[in-house]
Amino acid sequence: MHWHDRLAQGLLFACCAALALFLIGPLLMIFVKSVQDKDGVYVGLVHFREYFATPELQQSIRNTLFVATVVTMVTVPLAFTFAYALTRSCMPGKGTFRVIALTPILAPSLMAAISFIQWFGTQGLLKGLLAGASVYGAIGIILSSIYATFPHALMIVLTSLLLADGRLYEAAEALRTPMLRRFFTITLPGAKYGLVSATMVVFSYTVSDFGIPKVIGGNYNVLAVDIFKQVIGQQNFNKGAVVSLVLLAPVLLAFIVDWFMRRRLQAQFSSRAVPYVPRRSPGFDRAMLVFCSAVSVFMLAVLGMAVYTSFIKLWPYDLSFSLRHYVYGLIDAGVIVDYFNSLKMAFYTALFGTLFIFAMAYLLEKTRGMATLKAAVRLVVTIPMAVPGLVLGLGYIFFFNHPDNPLNGIYGTMAILVLSTVVHYYTSSHMTAVTALKALDDEFESVSASLKVPFYRTFFRVTLPVSLPAVLDIGRYLFVNGMVTISAVVFLYAPDTRPASVAILNMDEAGEIGAAAGMATLIVASSTAVCVLYAIVTRYLLRRTQAWRAAPRP
Amino acid sequence: MTLRAPRDPGAPVSLSKNGDRSPVARDDAPYLELAGIRKTFGRFEALKGVSLDAARGELMVFLGPSGCGKTTLLRIVAGLESQDEGRIVQGGRDVSTVPAIGRDYGIVFQSYALFPNLTVADNVAYGLVNRRTSRETIRSRIAELLKLVGLPDAGPKYPGQLSGGQQQRIALARAIATSPGLLLLDEPLSALDALERVRLRGEIRALQQRLGVTTIMVTHDQEEALSMADRVVVMNAGRIEQVGTPREVYEKPATPFVADFVGKINVLPAVAEGSGRFRVGSVSLALDHRQDIAAGTEVKLYLRPEEIGVHVNGHAAAGALAAKVAKVEFLGAFCMVGIALDAAGTPSLVANVPRQQVDAGRLEPGTAVRVSLPAGAMRVLS
Repeated sequence: MHWHDRLAQGLLFACCAALALFLIGPLLMIFVKSVQDKDGVYVGLVHFREYFATPELQQSIRNTLFVATVVTMVTVPLAFTFAYALTRSCMPGKGTFRVIALTPILAPSLMAAISFIQWFGTQGLLKGLLAGASVYGAIGIILSSIYATFPHALMIVLTSLLLADGRLYEAAEALRTPMLRRFFTITLPGAKYGLVSATMVVFSYTVSDFGIPKVIGGNYNVLAVDIFKQVIGQQNFNKGAVVSLVLLAPVLLAFIVDWFMRRRLQAQFSSRAVPYVPRRSPGFDRAMLVFCSAVSVFMLAVLGMAVYTSFIKLWPYDLSFSLRHYVYGLIDAGVIVDYFNSLKMAFYTALFGTLFIFAMAYLLEKTRGMATLKAAVRLVVTIPMAVPGLVLGLGYIFFFNHPDNPLNGIYGTMAILVLSTVVHYYTSSHMTAVTALKALDDEFESVSASLKVPFYRTFFRVTLPVSLPAVLDIGRYLFVNGMVTISAVVFLYAPDTRPASVAILNMDEAGEIGAAAGMATLIVASSTAVCVLYAIVTRYLLRRTQAWRAAPRP
Repeated sequence: MTLRAPRDPGAPVSLSKNGDRSPVARDDAPYLELAGIRKTFGRFEALKGVSLDAARGELMVFLGPSGCGKTTLLRIVAGLESQDEGRIVQGGRDVSTVPAIGRDYGIVFQSYALFPNLTVADNVAYGLVNRRTSRETIRSRIAELLKLVGLPDAGPKYPGQLSGGQQQRIALARAIATSPGLLLLDEPLSALDALERVRLRGEIRALQQRLGVTTIMVTHDQEEALSMADRVVVMNAGRIEQVGTPREVYEKPATPFVADFVGKINVLPAVAEGSGRFRVGSVSLALDHRQDIAAGTEVKLYLRPEEIGVHVNGHAAAGALAAKVAKVEFLGAFCMVGIALDAAGTPSLVANVPRQQVDAGRLEPGTAVRVSLPAGAMRVLS
């Protein structure tokens, strides 16, 4: 074997070892801990029996499933209609609507909960709309989760609608197919995978999210908060492991359904599809405009309330402008350090995460040999999608806090926060990288070998520059998620590495809503800045390194 | 640096009088030897023990339907795929287990595989830069190569700005830039439109002969194979059916598969009557050169459409058979004429008849004709 091949294989092995260490190991520890007692003695399924015998915990399961089901049933149709308006209507302002609908991604999910408390809480402006019902509980969780999951569902459905082949519509029109029948025979089947995928993502997100129910859930218990209570409140790690596994079950199920759908639908779209171009239809366009405006008002109301809260003295008594929450609540109280921790963490996550994920995807897709190992790795990298952040975080505690683990030095450092965040958001980033790499000619590596050019040179000279848009995209995705993540890191931070999202949680508990809203606003502002920077850099880089894309054809 | 001269200047390409290209005069040792190559993918046997020699400087074409193993064989020669069994010797060196990067060849793919973010000049120079050649030398080499493939001004452009045929010329220039001992072409013309394909195949052939580089090309297009190859290797289902010059495989197909795959051919089921006579339906034909087949043996007779003589008036050659035109299909210079040999209308033959002759004889369905089936051109395969 040539040393180039050896080098590639060595790198692949190293990457696999890293995945085993930072993903498989922690997850396995959860299984181990769930059948052990405090002292590490094997006790079988005792914890599970205890757990299922406790009525309150059973109630948590029902609550969790109820909330997730309602959120899914509302969000997915909303997102589909919104995406349909963006792709199939000629309404004005599509770009703006799209940007507004995606803003929730920039904010930690907690922010939505805080915002809804301001709107509908005890002193809320619109409290009357709830007709006596309290926003603390199922209603608040559902509303906040719809807000938080909407952009995720929208992006998935939008992609599947954009992939539609315009020629199918032309053929249907030539056959005089009525509009409604076209919708049910072309649009809906084409978007089927997207819809299923969006359903699974929204469901999993709602089940796994811990920030929203913690802030607005009141006494309405859900699984994610149960884990937090068991681990942080009662220091009962083994029970926490059990709840983790219970939480993992529905998410894993959603993931498996999604996986099978994906396999079945893979070959549906031909690469020669002609994009669909909508035509004017005044009535329909106006209806879509009204719908999208309503959704956008909802989105802006949530974001706007949080920002507004951070800039006034005291809701709802003193609405005068003030920077006191920032000056006293964040800077003087020393909480601003947490914001810088988050910036640092998001930056490292983006930097090292992108490097690792892209390199791994390259080794998987573009090097030869070791087919069995690669198949296994392809499966393993889809796991993070199915693992709620809390579960991953708990696994990290078990694995890295173990005295026999030589790596337990990273416990309580920035490194473990970065590592857990990279792993948590691995799957989507990996998919982006693989899609970009698959778009490249498979023979680049063969040609390089025939010209006796080592593979790494071709990687740096061709593969990386050509894939730069995808690489930057991964970096931005990891940064934004690094800024807002809370679930995995809530178990892993140390006092000097506490991230901003955890600070929001603490300030909310302490009743400092204004400061909490201020921190959320800072996060949104930073993420927005990075997205704008991304747009500028991408444009600049595209002009410089991707001149070939824009080069005029003969 | 100059372009490589043919490695064996004493063996120029010889053209025989009738324009037939006979293979390049061989060295004693073939340049490339494949022995007992086997390859399976899962349960699928892609190559079932293939052995083959290529002479120095010859252009050898692997021809066959898709899935016959021709591309797999090429990739094994390139080291991009590893054989399960078998030996590969290139230029006297056993490269059976040498990875791609350690072998000596240039390769051109159907998809061009040009690096989209590098200019044409950088693409061509891709393999040169690595060899610590001086910048000046590289620049003149690029200019030389671009001129050679007929695109002297393409250097600063990006591949995306060129047409498919131009891109493939650049890919060719890149492949020969390092003067490899072996040039591999994997369906290089399949992605191009018909006109460009014909033009480029002539250019590739001329370039190959000029450089004298041993070349293997894979194609499923028999016209391409016949027009370019010194020798054609007809493959089917992981095996070699026949190796021969284009004329050999066309005129003397060794197997029914070759007869059928290369060119159009009439197949007449027949029964041997002994002493070189064969009965086709109600007609008895004399094939003096096949006296060896025992009476009663069922065989198939193969005859190219252009070998069949179709005569309208009485002055047909001796031994011509009475027949009727069943169908006339206009193909430009030629017409494809369907012929029924007896009153019952079976079996049918297809003959290629020049357009003028069709007009002169007023050939149309129902016209009574006499057809001559030249025994010398007829092949018996069972």
